[in-house]
Amino acid sequence: MRLQRKLKTEAGIPTSSLPDIIFMLLIFFMVVTVLREFQGLKLILPEAKKIAKLEGNKHVSHIWATAEGTISIDDQIVDMSKVRTIMYEKVSADPQLTTSLKADRQTEMSLITDIHAELREGSALKLNYSAKPRE
Amino acid sequence: MLVKKKKRAGGEIPTASLPDIVFMLLLFFLVTTTIDMDKGLGLVLPEKGDSEVKVNPKNITNILVNASGKIALSHEGEIRLIDVRELKQIARQLLSTNDKMIFSVKTDSRTMYKVYVDVLDQLKQADATRISIVDPES
Repeated sequence: MRLQRKLKTEAGIPTSSLPDIIFMLLIFFMVVTVLREFQGLKLILPEAKKIAKLEGNKHVSHIWATAEGTISIDDQIVDMSKVRTIMYEKVSADPQLTTSLKADRQTEMSLITDIHAELREGSALKLNYSAKPRE
Repeated sequence: MLVKKKKRAGGEIPTASLPDIVFMLLLFFLVTTTIDMDKGLGLVLPEKGDSEVKVNPKNITNILVNASGKIALSHEGEIRLIDVRELKQIARQLLSTNDKMIFSVKTDSRTMYKVYVDVLDQLKQADATRISIVDPES
């Protein structure tokens, strides 16, 4: 009698720990995810080469400025004269605050200068001109 | 004969589809995650109040930008028109001869923000640290 040897060539990847691995990934992404806080205004950022990353989103406040001169802070359209009070309050709440200015590339400099003046009045001195990296 | 009924500790949640569910959740978070860090050109504004400091004219280079984006460089009374792409090289040269050089950027009130950012970018690329911004006259 010929004994037939059972062929045991099932080379499978053990999948029993697959849910655990995926759970780990899931938890990672859940922790990392920050749902977008503010919508902002529609604008095209200027491009620049030598740009630095802002560290985290914790100590950053955004100001949007469109080419038409609309200014928005935290999704609220504000008057230029209100910027100083808003920023002053923000800076007193968080002295490490950096203002990220997201201005359209077609914005006129008079608007930017006005924002500079307002920020200086509000003691929000750390400024960052938001820009897209240039290839 | 007493047939002992096997005690079934029933009430189990079916776990066969658990990986699928978790995959779905994972995909959701993968799609919604935006790891877009804010990037830009950093600058520290001077404090409020008049901040006029007397500077030796040797140590200052004025960069003038007009409304149409033309750039002029003025250093020690010598004015020349330049292209924005040349600025990096020129700034490097000036810095290598004088590392205390201050670059003062003055724009017209109708200059495009884009040109201004280009100028700042060029200066930053030349590793200029002392950059001053002059308010345009309105």
